[in-house]
Amino acid sequence: MSRSDVLLDVQGLKTHFGTDDGVVRAVDGVDLSLARGRTTCLVGESGCGKSITARSILQLVDPPGRITAGHVWWHGDPDAAEPADLAALDPRGERMRAMRGADISMIFQEPMAAISPMYTVGEQLVEAIQLHLPLSRRDATDKAVRLLGRVGIPRPEQRMHAYSFQLSGGMCQRVMIAMALACEPSLLIADEPTTALDVTTQARILDLLAELQADTGMAMLFITHDLGVVAEIADDVAVMYLGQVVEEGSVTDVFDHPRHPYTQALIASVPRLGSRGGRTSRLAAIEGIVPHPLLRPAGCSFHPRCHAPVGDACQELPPELHAVDGGPAARCHWYDDAVRPEGRTLPVIPVAPTIAVTPPAPVPREEAAPVLEVRDLTVHYPVKRGLLNRTVGHVRAVDGVSLTIAPGETLGLVGESGCGKTTLGRAVVRALAPTSGQIRYHDDKGTVDLAALPDSALRAYRGQVRMIFQDPFSALNPRMTLLQLLAEPFRNPALRRDRIGSETEQRVADMLVRVGLRPEYMRRYPHAFSGGQRQRVNIARALITRPRLVVADEAVSALDVSVRAQILNLLADLRDEYDLTYLFISHDLSVVEHLCDRVAVMYLGRIVETTTTDRLFDTPRHPYTEALLSAVPVADPHRRGDRAAQLPDELPDPAAPPPGCAFHTRCPHVQAERCGTEVPQLRGIAPDHDVACHHAEALELRGVRNPISSPS
Amino acid sequence: MLTFVARRVALMIPTLVLISIVTFTIIQLPPGDFLTTYVTNLSAQGEQVDPAEVAALRARYGLDEPLPAQYLTWIWGIVSDGDFGRSFEWNRPVAEMISDRLPLTIVFMAATVVFTWIIAFPIGLYSAIRQYSITDYVATTIGFLGLAIPNFLLALALMWMGLNVFGQDSVGGLFSPEYRDAAWNLGKVLDLAGHLWVPMVVLGTAGTAGLIRILRANLLDELRKPYVTAARARGMPERRLLLRYPMRVALNPFVSTIGWVLPVLIGGEVIVSSVLSLETTGPLLLSSLQSQDMYLAGSIILLVSVMTVIGTLISDLLLAWLDPRIRHGMA
Amino acid sequence: MSRPTDVDPATPDAELAVASQRTLVWRALRRHKLAMAGLVITCLLYLVAVFADFLSPYDPGDINADYAYAPPQQLHVVDTSDGWDWGLYVNGYEQTRDPETLAQTFRENPDEKIPVRLFARGPEYKLFGLISTDIHLLGPDDPDGPPMYLLGASRTGHDQLSRILHGTRISMSIGLVGLAMAFALGVVLGGASGYFGGKVDAVIQRVVEFFMSVPAIPLWLGLAAALPRDWGPLQRYLAITVILSIINWTDLARVVRGRFLALRGEDFVTAAYLDGISRRRIIGRHLLPSFSSHLIAAMTLSIPAMILAETSLSFLGLGLRPPTVSWGVLLSDVDVRALETAPWLLLPGLAVVTAVLAINFLGDGLRDAADPYQS
Repeated sequence: MSRSDVLLDVQGLKTHFGTDDGVVRAVDGVDLSLARGRTTCLVGESGCGKSITARSILQLVDPPGRITAGHVWWHGDPDAAEPADLAALDPRGERMRAMRGADISMIFQEPMAAISPMYTVGEQLVEAIQLHLPLSRRDATDKAVRLLGRVGIPRPEQRMHAYSFQLSGGMCQRVMIAMALACEPSLLIADEPTTALDVTTQARILDLLAELQADTGMAMLFITHDLGVVAEIADDVAVMYLGQVVEEGSVTDVFDHPRHPYTQALIASVPRLGSRGGRTSRLAAIEGIVPHPLLRPAGCSFHPRCHAPVGDACQELPPELHAVDGGPAARCHWYDDAVRPEGRTLPVIPVAPTIAVTPPAPVPREEAAPVLEVRDLTVHYPVKRGLLNRTVGHVRAVDGVSLTIAPGETLGLVGESGCGKTTLGRAVVRALAPTSGQIRYHDDKGTVDLAALPDSALRAYRGQVRMIFQDPFSALNPRMTLLQLLAEPFRNPALRRDRIGSETEQRVADMLVRVGLRPEYMRRYPHAFSGGQRQRVNIARALITRPRLVVADEAVSALDVSVRAQILNLLADLRDEYDLTYLFISHDLSVVEHLCDRVAVMYLGRIVETTTTDRLFDTPRHPYTEALLSAVPVADPHRRGDRAAQLPDELPDPAAPPPGCAFHTRCPHVQAERCGTEVPQLRGIAPDHDVACHHAEALELRGVRNPISSPS
Repeated sequence: MLTFVARRVALMIPTLVLISIVTFTIIQLPPGDFLTTYVTNLSAQGEQVDPAEVAALRARYGLDEPLPAQYLTWIWGIVSDGDFGRSFEWNRPVAEMISDRLPLTIVFMAATVVFTWIIAFPIGLYSAIRQYSITDYVATTIGFLGLAIPNFLLALALMWMGLNVFGQDSVGGLFSPEYRDAAWNLGKVLDLAGHLWVPMVVLGTAGTAGLIRILRANLLDELRKPYVTAARARGMPERRLLLRYPMRVALNPFVSTIGWVLPVLIGGEVIVSSVLSLETTGPLLLSSLQSQDMYLAGSIILLVSVMTVIGTLISDLLLAWLDPRIRHGMA
Repeated sequence: MSRPTDVDPATPDAELAVASQRTLVWRALRRHKLAMAGLVITCLLYLVAVFADFLSPYDPGDINADYAYAPPQQLHVVDTSDGWDWGLYVNGYEQTRDPETLAQTFRENPDEKIPVRLFARGPEYKLFGLISTDIHLLGPDDPDGPPMYLLGASRTGHDQLSRILHGTRISMSIGLVGLAMAFALGVVLGGASGYFGGKVDAVIQRVVEFFMSVPAIPLWLGLAAALPRDWGPLQRYLAITVILSIINWTDLARVVRGRFLALRGEDFVTAAYLDGISRRRIIGRHLLPSFSSHLIAAMTLSIPAMILAETSLSFLGLGLRPPTVSWGVLLSDVDVRALETAPWLLLPGLAVVTAVLAINFLGDGLRDAADPYQS
């Protein structure tokens, strides 16, 4: 890009944190230039310094963090002959203050927490406007209402008087966007603005941002760890690893011809929607984890995880950023003519094609008795209000769910947060008692209804039905060693055949090896492990009793991209090795597509569609499934903008679900007939394909792989 | 909001009933009923006791009935016509004795609460925004000391200083001798103000120290919240940012002071007033306890406890009024 | 099967990887300088409490009316009167009586030397209540000669040093004993409240709220005043600890309940439940260890309140009474007039402040170190 296009130019930026254990070099020499009117995505795993980079631009780094070197050149002032160096300004000074919010504004990851709960959103918005614009209170209020309307908030006059805690996360993020745009900044910094939001909400926020950018011509620095989001929104991409930009270029170049081994590995490790995972494919996971910030490797900081180091130079010399003709620039010795051996180039990691040419033959469902049959399961929580804390209603977290899981099958359970999928999973493992319904479990000894069993009788099945939790940190008692943790299931009075002794220790050691941990780690405590390693421990704990059915509740959602791929591969391997049946709960449809044989879609406590993975992704028959599928950002910039109608509004109150079809308030295909009055039942519309929609046969819905699925 | 108020008031009632039961129990704890003690006392002083009068009193307070009935008689007397019983030591109605001293007690308390706020607010604020500065360390140290020094020790120290350093001759009491029995006028009010500061400092120190610590901790917590960074990113000036946003939240303890400082103050008041011989309810309570004049003691305990409960109620309502999260049942 | 992840684990320190909770808490606490100072002082105070008989030169009950309000003497380590020599001694008193007020005034007499020695013989006592001995750390060479008042004497001629040392025993122990009772009440009720939830929780919560809304001191006073007059020192001591714990259990109960409630929702507790282990093991092996450190911190922080409460009660004459010796009892001797003549009578107050500060610092440090697993 030419000089005149550059809006912001970061050169050699270093932001360091002095801690008791040493200096953490969170940002360590970042070069980055942002072009006017374009969206630059800063992407990388957690701990790479993306957010600190963004905050350093506006000098918002909290102590003990400090900018120790570098420049942030601002070319946004048309009157100024020279660019201003923002890094040289006093962080508490008037010039910096005048820039913030007026020239450069920022939105954050947790929209709810980024708005003060003590004032209405209207008051805060008006204040933001008046900070930089000389408007009267009345004019500012008018402008605030217009802004709220502009960012897609229905009934903005009333919303002005709402508090942040009365709005949903998506609404709060819209309010934040309205505040950020109040003074028409030249640059908007968006720090993971959609990470905390549901996939459907995320899609709408991304659309809004793209639309606003097109209208105002502002530039955007968008920070994210999600390659799907990058492909969706970026013009330019900068990839960060351990405090440095390792690759930058246009979005198509980076996705089509990634140069840096890290970028290549990142792209390869993400399951892409529509790529047909299935049982044969594995993700190309990056080895290892992002190292502790105090243990930064010498030379190229990525070399211990690199799939193809050039040679000794990687361990000794920090690489420079090498521009390559007609492609992205990469900080890698492979592009340094002085280092690279003559005639060799970086071996490329193959990436699975996004559209399978021929769908594999559908796997026939086994005729054997299912492992688990859930019949009309409900879980209700009382809602208490008023003077005497009386129960005034019930949240129907799970509201009459039936499903079956065949032996060896992996059933995916998807839906937005709050749809009841986690509650359903917990009810299945009997972590909580269902309100009514049956959970019929079949084994070679016969059938038993887990829902009806008391605690003592359940113990006999605790070893057969296991659970893997979402949060690898909170699921392990930090006060017990791995050996103690993994031996705990054998303390079950119903399971204990032998005394806990050397035999148990041997089993624990074997299990640790199985999940990719060293057996000598068994004397260590969980705090000694990273998130990915802890999730391995969680898996080991679940599998050490040799269960038949494993409920995995968002088991990979809390993990970074590269570690997620490792764990997904591990789950798939273990499934084959131990003949496991999985109930895999996830909000991430691309992960579900990759791992699952069948999928059930949940909405407000009910299953709305269930069928094989291929059918669901090819030919969804429920409008909600269609909307979910189209909201998932695909990690392929060439498939951008390829989506069906967006879902309006957010999830209704589960304590007072709408009458008729619970989805009709948001359904883009809603019909006058029946939808608002009659509750649709789950019914078979094709072999092995059940849908709860009155109009399933008549609707033309889009799947992921073929644009329009006609009625079959 | 109305539900909230109703709920809070409704919750208060069982507490009040419990308090009255506990008070009644305390009254009943010493051996023998009060009339026996009364008669013994009078006889000891060589006075004649009219058996008819004793019988009348016995009937009036239902002393021959079982304890629950006695309790009901007692509490009904208080609720219906403010009859708190008789002090046998002073041979006066308890209600009369308390009403002599209660207004001054309330003035003293209120002044102390205000004093606590005025001192704690700037120190806590400064301590938080200049964390780890010298001022912060000094304030923190004073805070710790204030919590560690018993009230009476401070009172003794101040009196000793008053005598030796300032050469004052009457540190104790709330009035100079010439105003002690005078009617209320401007001079008397000024005299009161002149005497009030010593007990105020003594009594307020512990509360002030606690409040500084709480304000500092709360403010430090709030300053780390994302909304502060977000407001700064909007170009909010630092001073306004601090005063308008985190301060509003960190102020909650000030409002709830009334709730949690009041019990501390009322307790401290007994000690401080006794040491400094103030004309408040504290010394009266102490002397009545020492002489086991239980109706007087119990009534004072009952009254101050009720005052605390009402103070807590007021602070809770204020809090709800100030903090939308509480108002809307979110916190 | 995937191969072992050979990249370093999250902690750079391999020793930390096998460190138990106790080790981690201790590491965190060691960094906290004030807390360490508090710990040392607290330990010293409890040592004093244990060895009070040995450390104090006299029996706290010994009086010598000739030396009422005798001021503190300076302890000389070096004898320079006759050249330079090692030698412990104090100077004797010169007494004059004001002919009008008849008040005694004391002056140190530089010519009179009272030799003092380590491990001197004095009044007999039983060390730990078992071993009969008369050896004291420091005392006048001749137990029957003129007395030594390093911290001055009281109105009736008690040795203030011996009294403060013995007071440590009562004042510091009343905190512990009261705490033990408050602990039992708080843990049982708080635990029941947190574990069972529902109606049990509601009832216990109301009771806790009640106790917290009642101003504590009038209630103490009421209860203390109602104690029978003829009770002996031991009965009174126990009664006062009970009264103190009645007020103080609520804080502990709240801590326990809050922790229980928070932990009940933790995944690792659910995971333990799903392992099928017994309820007792869940509580004993998973729940209790998780808040034991918090509990210890909360308990430590409630000792100062007990000490202060005892001091106040005794000062007002409603708590412990002579001949029991506690810091509060000693301070009840003090009024403004006594301060004029004998300001050293305030020294027990210094002991109170030191103890309360030290334990507060320690408690604060423990509270900060209680959860070493927070990132």
